[in-house]
Parts: sequence; C-alpha cells; structure tokens
Amino acid sequence: MVCDEEEGALAMAGLHVPKRLLACACAALGVASCSGGVLDPAGPVGKGDATILIDATVIMLAIVVPTILLAFWMAWRFRASNTRAEYLPYWSYSGRIEAVVWSIPTLTIMFIGGVIWIGSAQLDPFKPLPSKAAPLEVQVVALDWKWLFIYPQQRIATVNQLVMPAGTPVHFSITSASVFNVFFVPRLGSMIYAMPGMVAQLSLQADKPGDLWGTSAQFSGDGFSDMQFQVKSLPAADFETWVRSVRGNGPVLDQDAYTALMQQAQRVPISTFRDVDPQLFHAVATQKIPPGPGPQPEAPEHAGREISTGGSH
Amino acid sequence: MTDTGLPASVAALRRIREDPHRLGHRPHDGREPVQGIGMGTTGPAHKRIIVGYGFWIFLLSDIVMFSCFFAAFAVQRNATAGGPTMAEIVDLPRVAIETTALLLSSYTCMLSFAATNARNVLWTQVFLFLTGLLGLVFVLLEAWEFYDLASRGITPQRSGMLTAFFGLVGLHGVHVTAGGLWLATMMAQVLVKGFRRHIIHRLICFNLFWHALDIVWIGIFTVVYLIGSLA
Amino acid sequence: MFGKLSLSAIPWSQPIPLITSFIIILILLGVLVLVTVKGWWPYLWREWITSVDHKRIGVMYCLLGVVMLIRGFADAIMMRSQQALAIDAPGYLPPEHYNQVFSAHGTIMILFGAMPLVLGLMNFVVPLQLGVRDVAFPTFNSVGFWLTASAALLVNVSLFVGEFARTGWLPYPPLSETTYSPGVGVDYYLWAVQISGIGTLITGINIVTTVLKMRCHGMSYLRMPIFCWTALASCLLIVAAFPILTATLAMLTLDRYLGWHYFTNTAGGNPMMFVNLVWAWGHPEVYILVLPAFGVFSEIFPTFSGKPLFGYRSMVVATLFICIVSMMVWLHHFFTMGAGAAVNTFFGISSSIIAVGTGVKIYNWIFTMYGGRVRFEVPMLWSMGFIFTFIIGGLTGVLLAVPPADFLTHNSMFLVAHFHNVIIGAVVFAIFAALEYWFPKAFGFRLDGRWGTAAFWFAFVGFWVTFAPLYMLGLGGMTRRLQHINFPEWAPWLYVSAAGVVILILGVISQVLELVLSIRNRDRLRDITGDPWDGRSLEWSTPSPPPFFNFAVMPNVEGEEAYWGIKLRAIETQQLSPEPNYQPIEMPLDSPVGFYTAFFSFVFGFAMIWYIWWLAIAALVAAFAGFVVFAWRDEHEFEVSADEVARADRARREARTAILARLSQQGAAP
Repeated sequence: MVCDEEEGALAMAGLHVPKRLLACACAALGVASCSGGVLDPAGPVGKGDATILIDATVIMLAIVVPTILLAFWMAWRFRASNTRAEYLPYWSYSGRIEAVVWSIPTLTIMFIGGVIWIGSAQLDPFKPLPSKAAPLEVQVVALDWKWLFIYPQQRIATVNQLVMPAGTPVHFSITSASVFNVFFVPRLGSMIYAMPGMVAQLSLQADKPGDLWGTSAQFSGDGFSDMQFQVKSLPAADFETWVRSVRGNGPVLDQDAYTALMQQAQRVPISTFRDVDPQLFHAVATQKIPPGPGPQPEAPEHAGREISTGGSH
Repeated sequence: MTDTGLPASVAALRRIREDPHRLGHRPHDGREPVQGIGMGTTGPAHKRIIVGYGFWIFLLSDIVMFSCFFAAFAVQRNATAGGPTMAEIVDLPRVAIETTALLLSSYTCMLSFAATNARNVLWTQVFLFLTGLLGLVFVLLEAWEFYDLASRGITPQRSGMLTAFFGLVGLHGVHVTAGGLWLATMMAQVLVKGFRRHIIHRLICFNLFWHALDIVWIGIFTVVYLIGSLA
Repeated sequence: MFGKLSLSAIPWSQPIPLITSFIIILILLGVLVLVTVKGWWPYLWREWITSVDHKRIGVMYCLLGVVMLIRGFADAIMMRSQQALAIDAPGYLPPEHYNQVFSAHGTIMILFGAMPLVLGLMNFVVPLQLGVRDVAFPTFNSVGFWLTASAALLVNVSLFVGEFARTGWLPYPPLSETTYSPGVGVDYYLWAVQISGIGTLITGINIVTTVLKMRCHGMSYLRMPIFCWTALASCLLIVAAFPILTATLAMLTLDRYLGWHYFTNTAGGNPMMFVNLVWAWGHPEVYILVLPAFGVFSEIFPTFSGKPLFGYRSMVVATLFICIVSMMVWLHHFFTMGAGAAVNTFFGISSSIIAVGTGVKIYNWIFTMYGGRVRFEVPMLWSMGFIFTFIIGGLTGVLLAVPPADFLTHNSMFLVAHFHNVIIGAVVFAIFAALEYWFPKAFGFRLDGRWGTAAFWFAFVGFWVTFAPLYMLGLGGMTRRLQHINFPEWAPWLYVSAAGVVILILGVISQVLELVLSIRNRDRLRDITGDPWDGRSLEWSTPSPPPFFNFAVMPNVEGEEAYWGIKLRAIETQQLSPEPNYQPIEMPLDSPVGFYTAFFSFVFGFAMIWYIWWLAIAALVAAFAGFVVFAWRDEHEFEVSADEVARADRARREARTAILARLSQQGAAP
C-alpha cells in the first residue's frame, strides 16, 4: 500500500506520523476543512498527500513560530522607552549569528527537500497503485461544462457521475475535449490537468464505500462553477449491480450523442449511456474528433460582445 | 571628465601607448578604475558609456524575447499537423544569399562606424547607405521567400511548426525593417546636423543593434534552416 | 469604418458596469472641468505631464498605482460579496460578469496597482540614495510612465466599451483563443498588458543602468543602500523576464488575430507551452514586486531602530541569490500538469531553496533591532505586521512547493490565501510603509500618524479576517474562481471573509482620511529639516522636497550609510562641512514626447482591439513621427546657474544649522 511505504519512508527520515496526529490537526483546523476536505482522505493516495501536507506544515511551524516570537520579543525588549536594554548603535555584524541565520533555513529546506524528493516519487500520479485486484479502467473527458466518464471494460459511460468499487484501484486516463480543466476528487487526493490532445494518467482508490464529490479545479468558462461530479464508492458486488443496471437502459453514446455533449451547456444533470464505442476516448484524445466548439455568437449587432450560450436545462 | 569625442577604446589604446605601466595617470595605487566609466568609487560614468550600456541592456532583453521564439520553434518543430516539414520548405541557396547580404551589411556598418570615429561624413553616409541597401536585399529576399511559400499554400495558419517558423524568422525580419527605418533616420540626422555628441551616441546604439541582429540571424540560420533541412 | 465597434459595445443591459462607468465619467469630467476653470493646465503641463524629473515621475507612478489599487479593491469587494451571497443561489453577478471581475482584479492589482507603486518608489528614491541628479535616461523614464498610464486607461475603458477578459489574470489557452473567447475581452487584456510591459521594461533598463553606472563619488557597490541593491535585483529581473511576457502575449495575439497556431487546440498548437512561458515570466514578476518591498523594510528597520542594518553583505548576497533562483522555479505553478516526478522534484526543491534567502533576510531584520532603540512610528508598525504576515505566507508557500501537498491544494482557495498572504503581507504593507516613510521627502510635510496607525490596524486585522477563512476553505476542497457555491457547509467561512472585507474598507477609508487631513494640516506637519525620521541614507540630506537637481554638489561618500557619517561629524564638530564651490549644473530638458507617445499608444491599442485598421496605422505613423520630431531637437539639457544652485543650497544649510543648534542643546549625539 502506498500509505505504508510512505509512512515507512517518513519513518526512515525520522518522522513517524501516526493517524492520531492527523486527527488532532484536523480538530485544530476546524470542522469545515475536515469532513469532506483534503484532510479527510478516503484512500491511500489522499492519505499520502495529506500526510505530507501535515508533515511539511509541522516542520515549517517548528521554525516559523519561534521566529515570530523572537521578532516580537526583540521589538518589545529594545523598544525606545526601555532604557534598561543596552543600546549598541554600531553593532551590525556577528559571524556566529550569521552562521546560525544561514543554517536554520538551509537545514529546514534540506529536510523539506527530502520530503519533496521522496514524496514526489512515491505519489507520482502516473504511478500505478499496488494491489491484488486488477485496476478498473476509467477514461475521463472534460467537456464544456461537464465530465464524461467512459468505462471501456464495461462499455458504459456516465456524465457527471463516477462510480467506483471500494478497495480497488482505479486507473484514470484523462483528456479534455475543449479547454484545460483539472480532474480533482478532494478526498481521494492528487488532482491532475485534463488537456486537449493529451492523455494524463492517474491512479486513485477509495478504501471504503461512501459518497464523495469531485470538481474541476481549473477555470474553464462560464459554466465552471457547476462542473462538479458525484463520486460513489460501492462494495464490489454493488458495483457490478450498478454496471448491469446502466447497461440495461438509457441511450447509446454514439456520434450524435457525443456531438450533443460537446455543445456548451451549464448545470448538466447526471445521465448514463448503456453502450459506448471503446475507441471513442482514443479518437477524442488524438483529436480525430475535433474539440468542442466554443460559444456561438449570435446576432451581428453583438459583434465584440461575447454571448455565452448554454444556460441551465 | 572631459569629452575628447573619442570612443573609450581609442582613448584606452592611447593611454596604454603613452603610459603602459600606469605610472602617472591613475589616482592612488594605480588599481583604481578609470574615471568616467562608472565603476567603483569614481562617480557617475560618462554619458557615452551610459548610453551604450543602457542600450546593451535593452539588447539583452531583446535577445530574451528572441529566445522565447526560438523555444517555441524548438517545441513545435515537429508539430506539422500533416502539413509540410521543415526539410520541405527550406530553400538553402536563397538563404545563403540572405545570410551573405546580412553579414556583409554588418561589415559595412562597422566600416561606417570607423568613418564616424574619423569624423568623416562622406564615408559614414556611403557605408550607412550600403548597409541599408544590403539590409533591404535581405528583407526583400525574405519577403520573396514568404510569398513563394504562401503561394504554395504554406502559411503560418497551416500548422504549429509553420507558425513557429514564420514567427521567429518574421520577428527577425521586422527587426531588420525597423533597423532600416532607424538607419534612414540616422542618415538624415547626420546629413542635417553632422557629428554632434548625441548623434554619435545614437550611431553607437544603431551599430550595436545591427550587429546583434546579425548574431540572431546566425542563430536562426543554424537552428531553423540548417538543422531543419537535415532532419 | 469602425471595425467591430458599434453602440452595442456599451453595456446597456448590465446596470452595474453601466452605472459605474457613468459615475467614473462624471468624476473624470468634474476633475477636468475643475482643472480648466482654475487655470491649472499650464502648471500641470509644465511641471508634471512633460516633466522628466524622476521625483515627479515617481509621484505620478504612485498616484496611478493608488488609484488602480482602489479599483482593484472594488473588484475584490464584489468578489467576496458575490461568493457570500451566492451559496445555493445565483448571487447578483452573472458568470459573464463575475469572470471579468476576477480577471480584472488580478490584472489590475498586480500590473496596474502594485507594479506602478513599486516602480514609482524605485524611481523616486534610487537617484536620491545614490547621490545623483536623475536616472540614466530621464526622457525615457517619462515615456515609460505614460505608456503604463495609457495601458491603465485602456483597461478601464473596457468597463464602458466592450468587455474585459473572462479568463483569469493569466489568459490560459485554449480558453483565451478565439474559439472559446471570441469577444474583445482578451484583446483588451493583451494590448493593455503589452503596452504597460514596454513601459515597465523601460524603467527596468533605466534603473539597472543608473545603479550600475551612475553613483556619486565614493559610493562603491558595497556602500549603496540596500534599497538600491534590491532595486537593481528587481530591475535585472524585469530586463530578464518582461521580454518573455512580451513574446508570449505577442504569440497569443498572433493566434487570435491571424489564426496562427502557437497555442491552439488543434493543428499543432501547444497550450502547455503558454503555461510554461507565461509562468517563466510570472514567477520572476512576483519577485520583481517583492524585492523592492524587502528593500523598503531594509531601510525602515535600521532607521527606526537607530542602528545600522545587520549583516549588510549577507543581505546583498541573499538579494542576488533570490534574484537568480527566482528564474529557476516557474514550474511550481503547475505541478499538477503532469510533468513527472523528476521534474516536479527539481522545481519543488528549487522553490524551497528560495526560502533560504528570504529566511536570512528576516533574521537579519530581527537582529537589526537587537541593541537598538525601536520607535514604533507608522512605518515600523507596517514592518512588524509584515514580519508576522509574510512569515506565515512563506510557510504556506513552502507547503505548496511540495508537489504531493500541491496536488491537494493547487488552484484552491488555499492557493488564493497564500499568494494574497505574501503579496499583501510583503508588497502592500511595504508600499504603505514606504509611502508613509518617504511622503515627507516628496511633499515637505508628514502624514498624520494617528490615522496612519488606524489604517495599519484595520489593514492588518482585516487582512487576517478576510484571508484566514480562505485557507480553511481550500483545505475543504473549494477551488478558486467560483461564481456560485454549491456547498452550504462552506457558508460560515465565506461570511467571515466578507466581514473581513468590511474591516479592510475601513482601512482604506482611514488611509484616504490620513492623506486628506494631512494635506489640510500640512503647515502643522511641515518637515522643516528634511530629515524627519533621523535617517541614515543620502536622500535625508536634501531638503523636503528636494530641489529639482537633488544635490547642489554631488556628495562624496566615505562609508556605508553615507548620510549618517556626515550627520555625526556635523553634530560632533557642531558645524556643517564648509560651503562648497558652487558650479553650474546641466539638467535634462522636459519633453512632451512621453505623453505624446502614450496617447498614440492608447489610440493604437484601442484601434487594434476593435479592428479599426486605418486608425491603428495612423496612430503608429503619428507615434513614429513624434519620435523623429523629438529626436530632431538640438538642445537636450539646460544649464542651472551657479547662483541658483548656491541659493537653494544656502537655504538648506541654514535650516540644517538651525537644527544643529537645537541638537547640541539636547545632546542627541550618541
């Protein structure tokens, strides 16, 4: 499990962070940032990322808090009205202090550098998650302003809804059919850019069943604020049931349906498709199917003022 | 700090010839920097040095801008989108003539500055005119190259690689054209006003500019045309 | 005939920009009418608009910056209030409008608020501190300022005619390409930023040349005030980084206007290249802002502690270190773009390494106070507020420099809180400290410290109340630039943040009141001596305000802290140094070329935005003609007679001799 390797690496670096510390930090930081947020991870990647976030904060606080206290103490002690403090009007250099002053940030940063080095390698989004179960493949296409999820192994597709089996790693291939977006499920960790003409790889896993949510984290236009998607983690058996139910009804994601999806629309509700061409994602990612059209300016008297088409359903 | 009107290089040579061991011409222990060049503690530099130095800094910034276009070309050199590749559009003979013209124009530009140092109006104007003529040859050849390509449907709107190509080469051409306008203005100023101090300062800047354009062209010639035609 | 321009470009159907524009136009007209009626035009034209005096230009830059800060702050009020009101509700700003507001907010605050203020401070202070009479290229300085001003005008015109960019303050393609942004908004942004970028580059070249080639006698590099070192580092970064912005925006302009393929979605365009290029500029840009801010604090801590800066050489090394390393960290703005572990690691470590330079500076400021007699006047209050605020902002910055942590917080409200933390904590606090500190030098009277203190406390408390909740929201998963909020659990934090904005508004009001009341009471607050803070560098040796030629005789500097040595010797010997031999001085002639060039740049930019090609060409030709006419002048300088110089200097010496007598009675020599 990535989390154990991560903790092991950090332990080697002398920093064992028990889960209790994570919980304490959470409590200290307040409710809204905890439940549902990045410090409440629901999977190994999220845990690894959150652990590093907390670790780095603790390391830095260990330096920052004494420095702030020193600054205020210094200003207080040597305030002009305090005539008891020694006045050294020509004192402006001390080799020893310089040595300490250069060393403290240098050592801190060397430590942080170690965390960066180890953490970046361990938590590289492209790295597959070690697991006994075979990963589930999900292909993600960012559109204006909705997310399309294609399950090539199951030949189904959903819009704005991601369902995954709990305890199984999911391997995402992510692209965009319009502008830059960022695929982000806060409680599962590791966001990554969705870029047209390119495929980003990401592996995530939800440890337990539950309801999560995801969003786009790169501003992409007028409908950006509604570009969230529902994330459900189901037990393995329920996941199979869900796949079967989707395959049972709903429209087919053919060329016409995809072209309709490419048009700009805001506040798009969840929908499913019972069949999809497994080559669709590849065609989108290599731009054999050209990217979505932008807004369609209407009357000529509005030339120069962009009218955003779309609107809610 | 008197201005003899001579450039620092000539004055320095004179100093070396007359006082090679710096026995009598520097204050203190002879390691003090020369007065008037703005180093150390000798006060502000002479105006000629300030103008030249500032223009160097501007040239460095211009080279940074060119380097962005070089970087774009490096990134997009294979983004042909099914269109023509670099090897298919490079016309080496014409580029060779362009290069010769530009390099020669740098030479004539240097000659014009030598004439300026000797305060000779006629030869300054003659060599400036030749510089401008050779620059015009360069620009016309480049325009002809673009026209040829466009008439074959090879335009920057075709692919990323062509965009980067036209952008980089075109940016250089725009600089040469602007330099040509500047050159014409300088010739007019020398004609009307002769060798006043500020005119000489501007000629220094113009010379720096023209030579820098030449250096950038050598980069373009190598990276875009030579290496491009090999790939 | 008029390209894309038509009456429908005015936002008839949108009340907020319409009414705002109307009010602004009324105010502008009112100001113009007032100036005309009072007959101030000759004075303004002669003394300010055509001035090439670095002090005048510095003041105009700062005035432009302050006005644009207020405009940017108005945008901020709209953003915070929209987010507080739009929780499971539409709010009062539709997306088309809200997206312009946050794009304008970022663009204006950084490029038209903070940059002009920082450039203005450097312009005003650096020649005075170096003991010289002006910058290296005074006329160019004027051109640079007016170009920035005309670009600011262009941005503000977008409120009334057309629209502004809706892409965020950095217009990432493909969103900013014509396919997805077909309107004029991105074009307004491109031309305004391009024009102001040229202005900034001019100032950068000017100050680099001034610092490296124009210092008074005896002032070697290691005797310069630290503010001049940071100005040098910042302007070196300008020279290195702004051409990248020019190139990148030019490429985007070519894409939009001519259909080229630098960054398009298809046909071989590479949007990732834009992200790399623009952040290769963008990161040095924030150091361009923050290095002079550090320089301001390096002046204030010694002055108000009554002792020299601790570790001068370390500070120089740290400054240059930050300058160089800041060009090597740009990828930390997009760790999540998937460059891979090796690349992310390199940039993560290099970004953390910058913290070494910054940490050294902070400790040196703290140890400057050691053994001092710290006076908590308004500039010192801002400095203490800076220490607290900036250190925490730096902490969150190092967090974001760790790629796995960034994978959770990229583009979230955590990021928004971080960069406001460092920019407000360092740059804005430094600007207000510097304005308070150097205002007496510029105008001859001090600002009222009580309102200044109030402004500081409102700003400090208001900042934390506004931005601390944003850290929480970021950790809760909230991303940035949301026009409405679909998560009611975030509401409490958003309300607290909006309340913080109210406190900040009080701070702005206090600051304005400070200025207005100080002008009204200026006789009581007059700075007679020219040295109201017991300063240590050369600008405090001049009268307040200095004569246009700064120094009657260029100083001869003998050590670090040039003025302090002169002052101590005067106090010890109870006399000023002997009266010098006054010589005539050559000063540069004023010129309208800056204003003229900028006017035609504005016309050119406007014409290009609206596709009015004939007007664009005409403006270019007119600008070039103006340059040629200007270049044709025979006289560049005028002579100031020795008598005039002597008269100004004798008045200064009289004022100084008067305080010398007073100081000798009080026994102020340490």
